[in-house]
Amino acid sequence: RICVITLAEAHPLLQSGKTIKSINYQISANCSRLQNKVSGKSKRGAQFLTELAPLCRISSSDGEEYTIYSCIRGRLIEVNENILSNPAILQEKPSTEGYIAVVLPKFEESKSITQGLLTQKEYEEVLLKRLNSSS
Amino acid sequence: MSSLTEKDRPIVQLLLNTGTCPRCILRFCCVGSQTLYRHPYKDLMKDLKEFLKKNQEKEDTVCFDVVDPPCKRIRLEHTAEGPDDVSHNGGLQQIPSVNNENTAVENSAVKVCNVCLGVLQEFCEVDFVKKVCQKVNSADYQFTSFVFSVSLPPQLSVRERAAWLLVKQEMGNLGLSLAKDDIVQLKEAYKWIIHPQLSEELGVPADGKSLFEVSVVFAHPETEEECHFLATACPDCFKPAKNKQSVFTRMAVIKALEKIKEEDFLKHFPCPPSSPKNLCVALEIQCNNGAVFVAGRYNKYSRNLPQTPWIIDGERKLESSVEELISEHLMAEFKADSFNFSSSGREDVDVRTLGNGRPFAIELVNPRRIHFTAEEMKGLQQTINNSSDKIQVRDLQLVTRSAIGRMKEGEEEKTKTYSALIWTDKAIQKEDIAFLDDIKELKLDQKTPLRVLHRRPLAVRCRIIHTMKSEYIDEHHFRLHLKTQAGTYIKEFVHGDFGRTKPNIGSLLNRTADILELDVESVDVDWPPALDN
Repeated sequence: RICVITLAEAHPLLQSGKTIKSINYQISANCSRLQNKVSGKSKRGAQFLTELAPLCRISSSDGEEYTIYSCIRGRLIEVNENILSNPAILQEKPSTEGYIAVVLPKFEESKSITQGLLTQKEYEEVLLKRLNSSS
Repeated sequence: MSSLTEKDRPIVQLLLNTGTCPRCILRFCCVGSQTLYRHPYKDLMKDLKEFLKKNQEKEDTVCFDVVDPPCKRIRLEHTAEGPDDVSHNGGLQQIPSVNNENTAVENSAVKVCNVCLGVLQEFCEVDFVKKVCQKVNSADYQFTSFVFSVSLPPQLSVRERAAWLLVKQEMGNLGLSLAKDDIVQLKEAYKWIIHPQLSEELGVPADGKSLFEVSVVFAHPETEEECHFLATACPDCFKPAKNKQSVFTRMAVIKALEKIKEEDFLKHFPCPPSSPKNLCVALEIQCNNGAVFVAGRYNKYSRNLPQTPWIIDGERKLESSVEELISEHLMAEFKADSFNFSSSGREDVDVRTLGNGRPFAIELVNPRRIHFTAEEMKGLQQTINNSSDKIQVRDLQLVTRSAIGRMKEGEEEKTKTYSALIWTDKAIQKEDIAFLDDIKELKLDQKTPLRVLHRRPLAVRCRIIHTMKSEYIDEHHFRLHLKTQAGTYIKEFVHGDFGRTKPNIGSLLNRTADILELDVESVDVDWPPALDN
């Protein structure tokens, strides 16, 4: 099951007033997500991601830096290079053209991974709770 | 008629004494006359013995001459005895006592040949021929010719080698040479004898190119381990492979025999070969017809029908499929074991195929029936069309295997036309989409669509949209007709696939677009030939 990683609705970067200064796929000295190369049907050669593996770091013009994590175990298929050339789409169309990365989990883990995620409804409940507890 | 001469005498004597059958003896004497091998076993044995007894004064003259009249006489005697001759336990017919001194010897059951293990003996007899033909007739195949293929146990090659070495040595003593290639091959001689008999019984000729194959596998369990010494002598010829039960295949044994040195061979294998107790057994007699190919074009009118069965974890996700709806009736008529369906490209479950339809071809494996007239094919087409409203077929016809290549060509090279029903988020007016009609040869870069990425490699495809024609429907809908290069993902061209297909309708119109319906209007391949139906 193919997974597309995008920014969640409530992400600070998607709130009004934020402008994106830069996006960096070089997450460490040895690792750039841009160098990810896959070949063949089974996507050999892909960088393997765990839940906390960073995909990229995004800096906003107000000085903040956000690390975007994979959240899912699997092979990294591709990162969205379009947002490098056109960062605006990340904020304008975060769930479609502004996606961050595409990840392919192991076939056997597919079901358990899906079950560990929140549905849209469950997510909205989380947001509500957050809102209520902070007010 | 080439026959035995004086110089063959010592060989004949040697081989006969060591337990070799008359026909194998003829083979090692390089006798090439097919008719000679076809003579009844008893006659050959008798004549060989007479040849040996003949006075050695007659040098260089033709001594072994199977003259017709005496043969006829003996044969007539046999027909008089009739069915009594046939022994049902598989043993060879007893040679009836003809007036000579060796009555005692000849009355006993015939020994199994130490070279052919009975293949050129028992398995040339009427009984076996009848058994094979019975199997063929009960299998109920339609055929106009046959090819008879025989699989011999590997030990035969070993024994043949031993016999050759024996004969070569003897001839060496006489100052003569014998090349391996001069000897008549066992399989060849066997076919000389059995083809005419099979042909007569089945009523059709033997033809090497025939699609109808009758195959027999012979085995000789008693001597199975005779090849094993080759493994120690030439270990690299015998690598265990996953599929084969035994590592001692014919090919491996032959290869090892080519490599092994004569001295080593003689060290491990008796020369002359020992006389076996039992005959070979015919393990299987199988019939197989070459595949036939049926081609046509299909229309798909359902938006809920996969092309091939959709089964996940043993569970069928959607009922039926294009291939099953078509093949079901063909399988029944052709009485085949199985089928292979292929087509010039394919469409998604929810896409209709209109117009002339999409070319397809079905390989029917091991069909019992192979002859169908154009009328019958038409009838078959009608049957298929009457059985379902989800698909329809046309131009149904028999084609050759090479035709498949032409069809697959179409998949990659020919253009297709489509009709897409498109939705847009922001309102559109007629003017907003008019420009699409003027775009020609639009180049697209399509990354492997996300919806197939789990089973396809990641790649970028360059594809061309040749022409487009728009039809305004309302502020949020329009229909687009497109003519595209083969292999273009239309759905992705419309919705952009997360921006991974560029350009796309959304980017061209500066809106978010999505596809509601897609139809294939034509597959521009001019194969198979259109029929007047």
